[in-house]
Amino acid sequence: MTFFFQRVLWTLPILFGVLTLVFFLIHMIPGDPVDMMLGEQALAVDRAELRAALGLDRPIAHQYVSYLGRTLSGDLGTSLHRRTPVGALIAERLPATVELMLGAILVSLLTGMPLGLLAAIHYGKWPDKVASLFAVLGVAMPNFWLGPLLILAFSIHLDWLPVNERGTLAHLVLPAITLGTAMAALLSRMTRMSMVEVLGEDYIRTARSKGLRARTVVLVHALRNALIPVITVIGLQIGVLLSGAIITESIFDWPGLGSLLLEAIKSRDYPLVQGCILVIAMGYVGVNLITDLAYGWIDPRIRRS
Amino acid sequence: MKGFATPPGREARRALMLAALLTAGFLLPAVFADLLAPFDPSAVDLSGGLQPPDASHLLGRDQQGADILSRLIHGAQISLFVGFWTVTVSTLLGVAVGLLAGYAGGWVEQLLMRLVDVLLAFPGLLLAIALVAMLGAGKTNVVIALSALGWTGFARLVRGQVLAVKNLDYVQAAEGLGANHLRIMGRHILPNIMAPVLVQSSFAIAGAILSEASLSFLGLGVAVGEPSWGAMLSEGRYVLFEAPFVSIFPGTAIMLVVLGFNLLGDAVADWLDPKRRVS
Repeated sequence: MTFFFQRVLWTLPILFGVLTLVFFLIHMIPGDPVDMMLGEQALAVDRAELRAALGLDRPIAHQYVSYLGRTLSGDLGTSLHRRTPVGALIAERLPATVELMLGAILVSLLTGMPLGLLAAIHYGKWPDKVASLFAVLGVAMPNFWLGPLLILAFSIHLDWLPVNERGTLAHLVLPAITLGTAMAALLSRMTRMSMVEVLGEDYIRTARSKGLRARTVVLVHALRNALIPVITVIGLQIGVLLSGAIITESIFDWPGLGSLLLEAIKSRDYPLVQGCILVIAMGYVGVNLITDLAYGWIDPRIRRS
Repeated sequence: MKGFATPPGREARRALMLAALLTAGFLLPAVFADLLAPFDPSAVDLSGGLQPPDASHLLGRDQQGADILSRLIHGAQISLFVGFWTVTVSTLLGVAVGLLAGYAGGWVEQLLMRLVDVLLAFPGLLLAIALVAMLGAGKTNVVIALSALGWTGFARLVRGQVLAVKNLDYVQAAEGLGANHLRIMGRHILPNIMAPVLVQSSFAIAGAILSEASLSFLGLGVAVGEPSWGAMLSEGRYVLFEAPFVSIFPGTAIMLVVLGFNLLGDAVADWLDPKRRVS
C-alpha cells in the first residue's frame, strides 16, 4: 500500500511545478503581453481593461497566488476572443483527442505486437527482417509526412476513406494510422526483443521438453512474460502520442485539443493557450501515474524496490 | 536455444555504412548550401509556379515558383543549425546538471531532479510549442524551446552514470589523494561516462531535426518564408493532388536524415559497448 501512496504523493510537487511553469509562460512574452494580444493600435481603455481582466496590473506575487487559487478551484480563465470559459472550450474538444489516441493505440497494438511476435519466432529469417525494416522506418517517418501520403493514396487516388472531419469510424481510420504508426514500430521492436529474451529462458526449454507444442509454449508461456516491458512502453509512449496528436489533428482538421491549442496560439488567445497546455500536461501526469500504479500491480517486484 | 542464433556482424557493418552515407549526404549540402544550391531558395516567380521536375529545375518548382532543390539544400542548413545548437546546448547543460546532481547528492540532487521531473511532465513537443508560442518564431527561439526540454534527458543519463561510477575505487583513490571536487568531476568521472552521452547526442540530433520540422509544419518554427523542410511539407499538402513532388522531396529528406542519425547512434553504441556488439 505504501508504494501506491508514495507514488500518488510524488505527483503533487510535479503538479505544482507544472502550474507554476504555465503561470510564467505569459511573462515570457517579449514586451507587453497586452500589446501582443490587442495589437499596437488598440485603445488605451481596452488595454487597461484587458490588463485588469488578466490581473497583469497587480504585483506578480499577487497574480501568482490568485492564479493558483483560481486554477485549483477549477477556473481556467476566460478566452479572449470567444468570451467563454476556457474550461468549457477544452471540455468540448477533449473527447475528439481521446478518441484519436485510443484509435492510434489500437492500431499500434494490432500491428506492432503481432509483427514483433512473428519476428521473434522467425528470429534472423525474412519475417524478422521485414519487421526490423518496419521498425526502423516507422520511427523515422514523421507523422506529418505519413499523413499526407495516406491522404494521397487512400483518399485522393483510391477514394476509399474520407478525410477532414470527425464523424463515422471511417473518418478515424487515417488519423489513427498516422498517429499510431510510430508507436506500432516501437512496439514491434519491444515485443521482439522481449520475446527473444524470454524464449531463451530455462522454463521455456522445460515446457518444450515436456512435449508441449511450440504454439502453446509461445502463446501461453512466453507471451505472458514478454508483455510486461511492452506495457511500460505503451505507458511511456502516451506522451509522444499526445504531442503527435497535436500534429495529426492539424493534418486532418480533427477538432480536438491540439487544434484548439493551435487556433489559440494563432489568435494570441493566451488564457486559452495556458489552459490547453495545463490540461494536456496534467493529463499526461495522470496517465503516467496510472501506468506506474498498474505496473506495480502487475509486477510485485516494482513495489518493493 | 537453437533457431535463435545471433545475426551476423556483416549487417551491423552495413548499417554503419548506411548511417555514414546518409549523414554525409545531409552534412555536405547543409554546410555548402550557398555553393551547391543552383538557384536563390526564396526567389519568387509566380509565372513559373508548380512546375514538375525538368532539366533546369531537377526537383521542380513550388507554388511561388522557387526551385525545390535549392530550398531543400538550404533547408538542410536550417536543420543542421537547429540540430547542432540544440544538441550542443542540451548536452552542455545536461552534463553539468547531471554531474552536479549525481556528485553532490543530498538536497542539491533532489532539487535538480525535481526540476527535471517537472519539465518532463510536458509531453514531447508541448513545452516547445508553448515556448515558441510565447517567444515568437525564428531559428534561435526554436533552439531555445527545444533545449529547454532537451537537457533533461542528458541530465538524467549523466546522473545515473555518476552514481554508478562515484563509489568506484579509482574515484575514492583520487579523493584520498586530496583532489578537489572539480578535478574529480572533470578529470576522473566525466571521461568515464562520456560514451553513453555521445550515443545519446546522435539520437538527440535526429530528435531535434524532427522537432524543428514538426514545429515548422505547425507554423511555429522558423520565420515565414524560410525553407525549413517542415514548412515545405506544410505548404505542399495543399497541392498534394496536382503537385505531389512539392511534398515528396522534403518528406523523404526528413525521413532519411532521421534514419541516418538513429542508425549512427545505434552503430556508435555497438562500437563503444562490446557487449552489444554481435559477432
